[in-house]
Order: sequence, then structure tokens, then C-alpha cells
Amino acid sequence: MSSAADRSKNYLNEESGLWSWLTTLDHKRIGIMYMITVMFFFLIGGVFALLIRAELFSVGPTVVEGAAQYNQLMTFHGAIMVFMVIIPGIPAFLGNFFLPLQIGAKDVAFPKVNLMSWYCLIIGAAISFYSLFFNGADTGWTFYTPYSIETDNGTILLVLGAFVMGFSSILTGVNFVATTHRLRAPGMGFFQMPLFVWGLYSTAILQVVATPVLGITLLLLAAEKTMGIGFFDPALGGDPVLFQHFFWFYSHPAVYIMILPAMGIISELITTFSRKVIFGYKAIAFSSVGIAAVSFFVWGHHMFVSGQSQLAGVIFSFLTMLVGVPTAIKTFNWVATMYKGSIQFQSPMLYAMGFLFLFTIGGVTGVMLAVMAVDVHFHDTYFVVAHFHYVMVGGTLMAIMGGIYYWFPKMFGKMYNEFMAQLSFLFIFVGFNVTFFPQFILGAQGMPRRYFDYLPAFEPLNRVSTVGSWLIGIGFLIGLYVIVSGMLKGKKAPDNPWGAKTLEWQTSSPPPHTNFHEQPVVTGGPYEYR
Amino acid sequence: MSTVNKPRSEGGHAFHFDNAEHEFETSKFGIWLFLCTEVLMFGGLFVAYFLFEHKFPETFIEGATYLDWKFGAVNTAVLLLSSFTMVLSIYYAQNNKTKQCVNMLFITLGCGFIFMGIKYLEYMHKIELGLLPGEMFSFTGEVGASNLGLYFSTYYMMTGLHGSHVLVGMGLIVWCIVRARRGEYNSKYFTTLECVGLFWHLVDLIWIYLFPLLYLVD
Amino acid sequence: MFWVNKAHAGNTFMPPQASNFAESVDTLYGFLYYASLISCILVIGGLIYFAVKYKRKTATDKTAYIAHNALLEFLWSFIPFVVFLVVFAWGWKVFYDMRNAPKDALEVHVVGQKWNWNFIYKSGRKSGGEFTVPVNTPVKLIMSSRDVLHSFFVPSFRVKQDVVPGRYTSLWFTATKEGDFNVFCTEYCGTGHSTMLAKVKVVSKAEYENWLENDPYKGLSLAEVGQKVYAGACIACHNTTDVKKIGPGFAGLWGTDRKLTDGSAVKFDEAYVKESIVNPNAKKAEGYENAVMTSFQGQLSEDEITGVIEYLKTLKK
Repeated sequence: MSSAADRSKNYLNEESGLWSWLTTLDHKRIGIMYMITVMFFFLIGGVFALLIRAELFSVGPTVVEGAAQYNQLMTFHGAIMVFMVIIPGIPAFLGNFFLPLQIGAKDVAFPKVNLMSWYCLIIGAAISFYSLFFNGADTGWTFYTPYSIETDNGTILLVLGAFVMGFSSILTGVNFVATTHRLRAPGMGFFQMPLFVWGLYSTAILQVVATPVLGITLLLLAAEKTMGIGFFDPALGGDPVLFQHFFWFYSHPAVYIMILPAMGIISELITTFSRKVIFGYKAIAFSSVGIAAVSFFVWGHHMFVSGQSQLAGVIFSFLTMLVGVPTAIKTFNWVATMYKGSIQFQSPMLYAMGFLFLFTIGGVTGVMLAVMAVDVHFHDTYFVVAHFHYVMVGGTLMAIMGGIYYWFPKMFGKMYNEFMAQLSFLFIFVGFNVTFFPQFILGAQGMPRRYFDYLPAFEPLNRVSTVGSWLIGIGFLIGLYVIVSGMLKGKKAPDNPWGAKTLEWQTSSPPPHTNFHEQPVVTGGPYEYR
Repeated sequence: MSTVNKPRSEGGHAFHFDNAEHEFETSKFGIWLFLCTEVLMFGGLFVAYFLFEHKFPETFIEGATYLDWKFGAVNTAVLLLSSFTMVLSIYYAQNNKTKQCVNMLFITLGCGFIFMGIKYLEYMHKIELGLLPGEMFSFTGEVGASNLGLYFSTYYMMTGLHGSHVLVGMGLIVWCIVRARRGEYNSKYFTTLECVGLFWHLVDLIWIYLFPLLYLVD
Repeated sequence: MFWVNKAHAGNTFMPPQASNFAESVDTLYGFLYYASLISCILVIGGLIYFAVKYKRKTATDKTAYIAHNALLEFLWSFIPFVVFLVVFAWGWKVFYDMRNAPKDALEVHVVGQKWNWNFIYKSGRKSGGEFTVPVNTPVKLIMSSRDVLHSFFVPSFRVKQDVVPGRYTSLWFTATKEGDFNVFCTEYCGTGHSTMLAKVKVVSKAEYENWLENDPYKGLSLAEVGQKVYAGACIACHNTTDVKKIGPGFAGLWGTDRKLTDGSAVKFDEAYVKESIVNPNAKKAEGYENAVMTSFQGQLSEDEITGVIEYLKTLKK
């Protein structure tokens, strides 16, 4: 079964030609297509970020003509990064590729649905970008009413684009829940699954349950814009704050869609590169599902000063504290895994450690924001902007980069340039802190967010932040070079360069079309480093 | 391994499943998950309904007087019948009775047409009177509540979203009819019928909730 | 340079404390800040320490199989949980105070609109762009919006509240220091969001009474009244040179023919200015097709509009 002839064929070279990719049902190819699309969108969103920071380098208009263009930039930066990068980023790319492999399956439950979800992302993104021909949208990615109703440009196209992209997320979620429940290899119970799978599974539940609420919210917004249905219009008996409740009911679980898979990757990286069993496997597994469950009940912590009642605020603040506990537990478990380990510092581990550093800061500032009286001061200031970039970029993006390098040899059968990858990490890590730490201070001092222009007193820290953004840009460009050059001319990689224990490393690099040469049978836990 | 390359009506299945039974059970699981998403999407609308109905009870009572409960009742009966005939079509497929299976599917489809026909009549009647959503409300008769437009917004959004799902369901049933007539469904394979059937049942169930909330408020 | 609160224990980068809430918010924040600092030192310090101490020595290292430690896991779940509950309750307590204004607070109405703030006192006295309050006196702001969501934020007072169309929201404070303090709009509201600024002027009680009694326009010529009104209501979008910003600049426009968006022309005279203040989008100047100006109907008195008209006449190129 595993002769040399068999091993020369893999999912990459089995069929060739663009059409074979665009009509593929192979989860690994779909994962690679997602990788390319997400990286492409990330570059665009990143350019928008650089433009924003360039504009904010000085008081007064510099890079853009005026507030109108700036507001479009900030809206698109947010919409692209949220809907086209961070939400699909890990599940649809690394998740698609490795969920079946890690559970010993030959594909996801519904391969055609998998391909459909990629097309939904593409079509949704196309609709979103098409809105730029109609002066784009300038509402912020959160589309708050009544401004989003009256603003007269391509907003409705961005709303519809987001709706279609929501389907992409829902279909991925349905696929992953079904796959996890039904396609595990013999011997793999839920508690023999790798923690990346637990992360993807919890995320998939969120994708299934939360995203439809975004769907109806966007539909209602579109109906309000086109037909004036009045749900959010006080003149007709509606309530503008109702939109916020609807919106955040999805968008808060959405941020856990963004972080749970990332946490799953970190579990894999820490244990592999410490060559040590994960500390507290069940605690991490249950925390993932627990965070997903509680995430549905905390949306109002985005709305303490929106006009919602004090009682509502109290309940939301309390529940938010509850969700902080499993997050803290995971962080401690990861550090504890390193205790008495045997640690190596290749790039994936550097990114994992970078995650621990940056996510911890992001997490504690999240607790600060959950405290009602303190949130009154920080809400809608740069403090919040710094907080969410620490968890989304310092958290999720670090984990994606770590995951890409970790699984690079498996996906492409080649090794990337380790030195350049470490250089990329250095620029990104330093640049990130230079960009976003000053923003905590700016926020504390009172600089509001979504400001095209600001008082001169805020200029020095804004300048520091902008310089940081250039460092991040350089870091990601180096990273892009590392990935592309590795794909094209990297050294041939062995099946298991890191000595890891999860199932994907038991097959060849790259894997064959059917994933395994022999049906894997599982006899123990995923991290048995003894 | 040999079962993978056979057609489904002969017990074949996709390569990543162990056997046809495995594939069938997983497909059902997947459809149930999808139905959850539908429940949550409509759920948002139901929440909006309850919020507005609680805030403006007289508006909703008055608005409901423009709805004829008899039409709603007929539609409810029609959808219930169609769910029954859908189940029957699966039963016949399981018993290798293709002709009866197709007939039941046609009746189900017919019920869908009746439902949409009645909806069309109801909508036309309201549009003529100017009973339109929100800003577009232009009824010239006497009104008690000042924001009837909001009631009709709720009415059109809920029945409109439901109606679009009925149309999608009808499209899926047409597809099932085409495949059934080709002889693709039998005791070994009727997964599509089962999944479309579950979707159709949900569409029916949502209407069962919509009917009293919109038509029977007083 | 940026304000740094050095009076408070530790350097937590907050603005100067100028209200009754500032100290309690800063103290709570200070606790959170130091608790977070300690947590970060423990986690990140632990991370770095283990990374150094347990660096791989040989290719065949064996590691300890430590999968659990019940005591440790309990402690590091329970202690954070307790800390979180403490800060939750503490935060609630301060928030509760923020939400319960004293019954005898001085009430001022605030109207937010794109893109300025207007203040109306019970005596009928109006004020645009800035408002005056007495020190050491509870002040309650009753706020609403004329169009979209805005948010009223005074960093030095640590207070903020969204301003919603169709309803009233409120916030209250007792200013503890005299001086001028910035007010920002903190809910995105369109192109003028970052210019929707205001000032709260805190003065002694005597000065406040004086200010309240006195007609701001007493002894001023019409043009001077107009200049005052302009500085409060128009300056966010317009200017007195000829720069094209959100709205047109007015220098030298008086009496000239203005090209409109539909191609027709209108004379820049009293009628045009009056109409453009109360019904701004009726006759928009060419080049401003997408600009939207909210009406000042009901916001400016007839006298104030007349003042603006006279003021614009004085603006030469």
C-alpha cells in the first residue's frame, strides 16, 4: 500500500490545471484556495490600514482629501479584515486542510458544500468590493443605525456582500460539526481529539448558531434602507438601539469564532515544540466549548453607554467576567505545558510565544473594558481599538502565522526559510507593539476612535503608532516572501519534521488525495510525549 | 471499497464514508444543523415581533384586523397536507414505488402553489388598500394607531422571508421530481428526499407559528 | 505634551481629574492596571523563564509527563474568578452612582446633531458649541439627537453617554475644578464626526450666575452677534476663507451669483442665506452634491439668523 509509486502522487500533483482546482472537492485543495484568497484580502485590508495610519501621522488632511474618504477607508479596513480574513482565516484554511487529517478522516462530511462555501466568500467579497464603484460605504463595519440607513452610497452592496459571506461561514460550520461527530477514525473518541479540533468544533457551533442572526440583521438593514420598514426608525415606532442588540448578538460570538481556532493552534504548537504532553487537556477542551456557550450572553458589553438599562449592563458585565475565567485557564495551561519541557524555538514556537505575550495583554484589557464604570471612559476610544487589535492581530494573526509555518512542510512537502521567517516575526512583533501600545494611552487620554482628525495634543503618539505600522508592513511582506519562495523552491520536507504526535504527521508530506495510505487506528491521546 | 464506485441507488456512497448508511446518517445530521440556522434566522424576526407587539399592542391588534384569518387557516391546512404528502413520497420511495413517490411529490408541489397563490391574493389586496410597510404606508381609511406601518413591516418581513423559503422548497421539490422520475430513489437511497422533506417540514412549522402571531391577535 | 495624571498613585495616563467621578474611576482603573501588570509579569515572565530554563539540550530529551495538578488548576481558576467578581461589583457600584443623579442637580438640555452640540438652560438661555457650569454643583445633562447617534464624552470628567434620536438619555457630574474641558463626540456620525467638538467651561458659582443672567449678545452689533453664532454653530463645516471643506468657505461670496447643483444660479443674498440655514438642502452649491447639512430651524432665533447674515456680509476675500 505504501510503495514508492504511491507516494509520488499527492493532492497537489494528482490533477493539474486551474479548472481542476476551481471544481475540486478535496478539502486540502479547498483549504489552499482559501489560503490564497484570505492572504490576498489581507494584503488589501493591510494597505487600507497603512493608508489610515499614514493619514493619522499628522493633524489635518494629509494622505486623503477629507473625512469622507477616510471614513470609507476605515469602514473597508474593518469589513475586509473581519469578514474576509479573520473569520474564515483559520477555519476555512487550516481547519479545512487539517480537521479531517487530525481525526483520521478522508475528507470533510460534505465536500460539495465545502466548495460552495468558498464560492460564497468569493461572490460576497466581489459584491462588497463592487460597492466601491458607488462611493463604497462609510458607516464603519458595524453599520449602526440611523446613520447607515440615511447614508447615500454603496452601503447596501457591502451589506449584501457581508450577507453572502455569512453563508460561507455557516456552511463551513455545518460541515465541521458534522465531520467532527461522524468521521472520526476508529479509537478516536472526543477526548482523543487534538485540541485544534476542539477549537474548530467550538467555533463551528458558533458559526452555525450565531451567523444566521447576522443574516437577518443585515436583511432588516437592507429592507430599512430600501423600503423604510421602520424597525430602527424612531419616527415610525422603531428603535435605533435595537440594531445594536441584533448586530452584537452575532458579532460578539463572532470574536470567539476569531479566537477559538487560534487557541487551538497554540495548543498544538506549544506541546509539539516543548515536546511535552499538554497540561490540562480536558480543561482546555471544556474551556473551548464553555467559552462558545457563554459568548452568546455577553453582547451587551459593547453597549454599556448605548442607552440600554442599568440592569442589562450589570448582567452583561457579570457574564463577561465568567467568560474571562476559561480564557485565563487556557493561558496558564499553555505556560504550564512548557514547564520541564524540551523547548525548541523555530518560527512556529516564536509565534506561539508571541501569541501568549500579546494575547495576555489583550485579554487583561478586555477585563478592564468589561468593568462598567471603566468602560464608560474607554468605550469608543482608541483604548478599545488597541484592545481588539491585541487579541485579533496579536492573538489570531500570530496563531495563523505560527500554524502556516508549522504545517507548511505537511501542506507543500517543502521547508520554508527559517531565518527569514524569524526575521518576519521580529518585525511583526516589535512593529505590532509600537503601533498599538500607544493607542492604549491615546484612548485613556480621551482620543475617540473613527476620528479622521484629532487635537494636536494627540499627535506625538499617533506618529509613533504610524511608524509601527510600517514595521508591521515590512514584517508581513517578508512573511509573504517566505511563504511564496518556500512553496516554489523550498527544500524537500520529511513526513514529520517536528516529531509531533497528531495523526496528520503519520502520513506523507504532502498527503495523498485520500489523506492516509492506511486507515489510521487511534490507541491513545494526541500528545503522548513520554 | 467496491461500494464506493456504485451508483447510490445500488448502495454506493462517497469515498470518505464507511458505507451508505454512514453517509445517510451524516447527511441527515447536516440538514438538522442547517435547520438550526434557519430557526435562528427566523428567530431574530420573531424577537422583533415580540418586542414591537409588547411596545404597541393596540397597533398589532388593529393591524391584524386587516388580515383574513380564513385565508391563513386554509394556508395552514394546505401546508400541513403538503408535509404529509412529502412524508408519503419518502415512504413510497423506501418501498420502491417510484410512480406513487412522484405523485406525492407533485401534490406537495401543488400545495406549495396554492399557498403562494393565496399569499399573492392577500398581498395584492393589501397593496391596493395602501397597507404597506413602514414609510410606504398609505392607507387612506380611518386608523386608530399612529404606526400601523410598523405592524405591516413586521407582517411583510415575516411572511416574505417565509414565502421565499416556500419558493426555494418548491424548487428543491422540482429537482427531487426530476431525479425520482429518473429512478434514482429506492429502498437503498432516498437521502435527498429525506433532507428536502426535513426542510419542507421546517417551512411548515414556521408557518404554524406565524399564523397565530399575525392572524389571531386580539 | 499629553496629560499625565501624576497626582494619582502611579502613572496610568488618564487626563486630569476634574469631576466627582474621576477619582473613583481612576482608582478602580489603577487597581485593574496593577492587577493586569502583575498577571502579565507572571504569565510572560513564566513564559520567558521556562523558555530559557527548559531549552532543548539534546535531540533525544525526554520530558516529564505532567498532565494535571489539581491544586494549581483550582487556584488559578478560583483566584482570577474572585478578582473578576470583585472588579465587577466595584465597577457596578461606581456605575450605579454615575446613573443616579441627585434630585436637585442643575439640569441642562443638550441637543446633538450633525455636527455640533447645542445647550439649552432652563432659563431659556442657549449656548452653542460650549456651555458653562458652576464648580462643585451637580449638573445633569438631558440629551437627545436630532438625526443620528452621537455620544457625549468629557474625558476629564470620565463621563460618556450615547445620544439617541427619538429618546432622551442623561448623564450627570459634579465638576471639581475650574477651567475649560474638551467634549468629544464618540459615536461615529459621518464626515463631521471628528470635528463635532465642544467645551465645558467650569466657573465659580458667582460667575455662573452672572453668565446665566447676562444676555450674550448684549451690546453687540448684529454682525458681532452673527460672528458669535457662527463660531458655535457653523465652524465645524464652513470657514471664513474660500477653502472647500465639508461645506463652502464664505469669503467674498456676498452678492455674487452662486452656481447650484442643478446647474441654475442664485444670488448669495439675505434670502438665500436664510433659506440655507433653515432648509439647507433646497439649494446646494455646485460641488456639494453629496454634502448634507442639518437644518437649524428652531435652533437659532430669528435675531441670531439675522446676525449671521450680517456677519457673512463682512467677509471679504
